[in-house]
Amino acid sequence: MREITTDIAVIGAGSAGLSAAYQAASAGADVLVIDENHLPGGQLFKQIHKFFGSRAHQAGTRGFQIGQELLERVQKSGARVWLDTLVYGIERDCSLGVIHDGAHYVVRAKKVIVATGAKENYMAFPGSTLPGVMGAGAAQTMVNVNRVLPGKRVVMLGSGNVGLIVSYQLMQAGADVVALVEAAPEIGGYAVHAGKLRRAGVPILVGHTITRVTGDGQVERVEIAQVDKQFNPIPGTERVLEADTVCLAVGLNPMTELVWMAGCKFCFIPAFGGHVPMHDGNMETTVPGLYVAGDVTGVEEASSAMEEGNLAGVCAAHALGLLTDEQAADKKAEINARLDALRAGLFGERRRTAKQQQLDAMQAEQGGNDHVG
Amino acid sequence: MWGDPNKLSRDNLQKEDINPGVQYTGVPSQDELSRCPGVPTETRVKLGRVACIECVQEIPCNPCEGLCKFGAITIGEQITNLPRLHEDKCVGCGLCVAGCPGLAITILDRSYSDTEATIDFPFEYLPLPAVGDQVDAVDRAGQVVCKGRIVRVLRPASYAGTAVICMAIPHEYIDTVRSMKRLPRRD
Amino acid sequence: MRVSEHPILGALPEAESVTIYFDGQPIPARAGEPIAAALMNAGIRAFRTTAKRHEPRGIFCAIGRCTDCMMIVDGVPNTRTCVTLVRDGMQVETQHGLAAMRTEEDKA
Repeated sequence: MREITTDIAVIGAGSAGLSAAYQAASAGADVLVIDENHLPGGQLFKQIHKFFGSRAHQAGTRGFQIGQELLERVQKSGARVWLDTLVYGIERDCSLGVIHDGAHYVVRAKKVIVATGAKENYMAFPGSTLPGVMGAGAAQTMVNVNRVLPGKRVVMLGSGNVGLIVSYQLMQAGADVVALVEAAPEIGGYAVHAGKLRRAGVPILVGHTITRVTGDGQVERVEIAQVDKQFNPIPGTERVLEADTVCLAVGLNPMTELVWMAGCKFCFIPAFGGHVPMHDGNMETTVPGLYVAGDVTGVEEASSAMEEGNLAGVCAAHALGLLTDEQAADKKAEINARLDALRAGLFGERRRTAKQQQLDAMQAEQGGNDHVG
Repeated sequence: MWGDPNKLSRDNLQKEDINPGVQYTGVPSQDELSRCPGVPTETRVKLGRVACIECVQEIPCNPCEGLCKFGAITIGEQITNLPRLHEDKCVGCGLCVAGCPGLAITILDRSYSDTEATIDFPFEYLPLPAVGDQVDAVDRAGQVVCKGRIVRVLRPASYAGTAVICMAIPHEYIDTVRSMKRLPRRD
Repeated sequence: MRVSEHPILGALPEAESVTIYFDGQPIPARAGEPIAAALMNAGIRAFRTTAKRHEPRGIFCAIGRCTDCMMIVDGVPNTRTCVTLVRDGMQVETQHGLAAMRTEEDKA
């Protein structure tokens, strides 16, 4: 067993992790980024649409191009990136158990930034285990990264931005989207994304759900029905669609295993996808020296993940004395202003409220400790 | 029979004639469009090429403001503000059409000829149509309204994969047509 | 089916052709792609059967989290095919439940 020491270890080379690594390495920290996948970028390289947000920060640029630029910046910053590398455990002192290149390492870092992202939710209904039922993100990976169509006729369940965007991208890759089905009475994502689908002739059926999927060994027919206010299917409203693929875009949940293992305290915030680690304004958790950034702190989107990564990277470097108080304060103010803009408006309200709730929980936790201490 | 998307889109919950709004249907209602600060006046559309920004929902997004070299689109500090079109400043160059991440902008021109108007719209599917092709012109809900004739197809590298297609249609459909039907794939 | 032309991503980049074997049947694949992608391109969607009800299952998450796509790869059961890259000559077998696990009796 070999031992590696570094200033900052970043777990996850996606939007948040790469941003954190860039900030920390640019400040002069010795940074090691670790990712289980054979390619860096996390989900960023699957995003082929032009990003929203402020044009001052790359809005209007396609996700994979943002990813490419970020990756180049990280490479220039001097951060090391270990791919195909598994972090299987974390001790209370934040040392990491790692398998790299077939060998076992212990990585000891002064600060650890966990940016492990999120995974897709599943939804059960009769036939939901048939081959051809998959996460919307899985379909996106197949068409945009592996360049393989998962099917020719798709029914999408869920009208959040993931459901809307992946439906559009499946059509760009050559599939037909038979219908997009949404149980809520309203479309969850941006209307402009929905507008692209409608112009392409895709019906968006709000107040509907999938009641069952049938087929001989794989998806062949999808039965949908209207739902009542309690989201129960209304008998007699069933219709059957011919499709070979069902994509589920029913939310994501944070991949928090390592953070649990490290002993961080959590709070439960449904809007963020469930249990999320408490953290302060510096992205530091209840375990000193352990930072979090991106979807692991609560599911948002790629731009917010990059900014949280920037924040964690700056704060970790500052804590190591690599940035002066003034430098850190300036950078943090800039990043926080961008985060505020991303969480502004009607659509940002839920996330803004959730983030405040998370920060408040941390404050209460720390206040409580001080009181006891 | 089941399986026809166009047929499905017309029944019960998606009756466009009583469109309750963009968050229910994905199609902006007449009311939303009439209140939208990005939509030009009928008078301006008659004068010649002008942007029509059908952005009716407050989302954090502002690339269009920066793309316009003529100051014809303003959003302001708060990036969730709706884009406002200053129709006197717009020259109809179409840079915003290619750059809008929501593909919500078109260029309208009712002055194209005595009988025809043109619409420039963004298009991100393959195959692309060729100049002179007759295609199916569709409305905001994907319904075919008339035939369109392809006048121009622009796809410079700076558009990052988005094509901007100029299509001629009869005058009377300028408020209705917003895109063209996807062409069947060659493979 | 391969997405050979894409309006945003352009033409499919060149890649070395390799062959993998699905239950003995040769399947063409692109070097550097995950096993699941090559199978999906070949129209194969059932990767395993479940332990209790023996029902077919295919990919769900495609990012190595859900374990729905596990198969026996070069004799190794429970291999996540969505994150395991193809190799020329690779033997990929449908996995039936957890049958691939060997008990002490099997070994004896």
